Amino acid sequence: MSETAVIIETIVKAVVVLSVVAGMGAFATWIERKVLAFMQRRLGPMHVGPYGVLQLAADGIKLFTKEDIIPQNALKPIFVLAPIVAATSAFVAMAAIPYFPEFTVFGYTVHPIVSDINVALLYVMGVASVGIYGPLLAGMSSANKWSLLGAARAVVQILSFEVVSGLSVLAPIMMIGSLSLIDINDFQSGGVTNWLLWKQPLAFLLFAIAGFAETNRSPFDTIEFEAEIVSGFATEYSGMRWGLFFVGEYANMITIAVLVSIIFMGGYNPIWFIPGAIVMLLKVSFWIFLFLWVRAAWPHVRPDQLMWVCWKVLMPLALVNILITGIVLV
Amino acid sequence: MELKDFQNRDIAPGYIFFDGEKKPQNGWESFKRVVKRSVKGELFVGLWIVFREMIRFDIHTVQYPIEKIEMSPRYRAIHRLLRLLESENERCIGCGLCEKICIANCIRMETRLDENKRKEVTKYSINFGRCIFCGYCAEVCPELAIVHGNDYENASEQRAHFGLKEDMLTPIDTFRAKQQKEFSGFGALSDNADENIKKTPLAY
Repeated sequence: MSETAVIIETIVKAVVVLSVVAGMGAFATWIERKVLAFMQRRLGPMHVGPYGVLQLAADGIKLFTKEDIIPQNALKPIFVLAPIVAATSAFVAMAAIPYFPEFTVFGYTVHPIVSDINVALLYVMGVASVGIYGPLLAGMSSANKWSLLGAARAVVQILSFEVVSGLSVLAPIMMIGSLSLIDINDFQSGGVTNWLLWKQPLAFLLFAIAGFAETNRSPFDTIEFEAEIVSGFATEYSGMRWGLFFVGEYANMITIAVLVSIIFMGGYNPIWFIPGAIVMLLKVSFWIFLFLWVRAAWPHVRPDQLMWVCWKVLMPLALVNILITGIVLV
Repeated sequence: MELKDFQNRDIAPGYIFFDGEKKPQNGWESFKRVVKRSVKGELFVGLWIVFREMIRFDIHTVQYPIEKIEMSPRYRAIHRLLRLLESENERCIGCGLCEKICIANCIRMETRLDENKRKEVTKYSINFGRCIFCGYCAEVCPELAIVHGNDYENASEQRAHFGLKEDMLTPIDTFRAKQQKEFSGFGALSDNADENIKKTPLAY
């Protein structure tokens, strides 16, 4: 295959991933409203389109046509840059994620991964943690107390939970011996019993908790908790710039859902008669639903409680888990 | 009953006083508390409850302009002026009690004696911009002429629309079609009012 073909194929894949994930993110906002509403015995959006499906179009129109305000004292270049960083890092992280098993179209085998690199997991987590610059730059450039507090919380929370997620995912990596997500997926082939979830339950739990914290979802959404700091780092943002943060958050949610599904829940290996792609979709949908479900059910935690649980409970547990895994492996 | 019982102001006996959880005294106890709080199934109870509500799908939303709640007959919304059943006249006899009792001073009526020396109401208006819907007028009315209706959608662009007599009075067409509903709410006679009538003692 010539080099040009590879480049074209990669670009096509990137565009497909970008558009599909952005679309899923937009759809997830509708799902989120509906699920939260049903759990609170409300109906949610009902007026725009059948059962409010077109609400996301209405949201899009609103976001695009809203006046774009940059506060007077804000640092304009950084203020403009921050949402782009947030959204870009969230999407770039998806480059190394395999979504589906490879399939054949017109005799041409498609690998549904933009680039199969051998350090995929490291890359994904690294780029995802670059996303911290979004809230950080936004908060520091906004010239607003709430934004600054939000940025401070973002740095504290995301950096702390990077440690937990990194350490917790180390134990599965030790067992598999590869950082490639495809290898991780293939390691768990052959049914539900081969899922890493059963061999590494503690790592799974820790990674899930850290995932909630890193994607800034409740119960850990201290970064933009309305009751305390208005809207955190996004207080001064409006219109499409705010929309970029929003898209980035949902893209991060999808990334975490895919990562958990691949690392711990068997990835896209087929179960019984269900093909791998559908299994993957079901798992990711379940995780997205779990994000919403938890948001409907659980209260927030205070930032100090969050730090406490991160450094005094979760991190030691992750270390102990690595130790035990190491002893068992040796 | 003794004096002691009267002096006991605790109107709801049987309170359970709860001093709160005991604070952990040493490291081991606080560790135990952490484990208890972390592993306890409370979080999953929360998850289950919201999930159960979603499955049950017992939605309480009223999609207002499309759906409306049926108001209770005792609801006190815009007043209605009723007509007499036989003569089709207004029930109002112009006694002026409602005007007198109105604590918001929003009822105004003008009366005169007509050619038969009977009292006639020439003008009657309630300023709904000022009315507080206390229901005194309906309660005091000796003829059940002014009652409260259930029509709560009374927004208007002009203040002059608040309180026109034509809006309150049962239209004559509605009345002839036997559509005037007897008021069953605040200040109305009970259903068995006829049975409860007794002759005054002087009669026997």
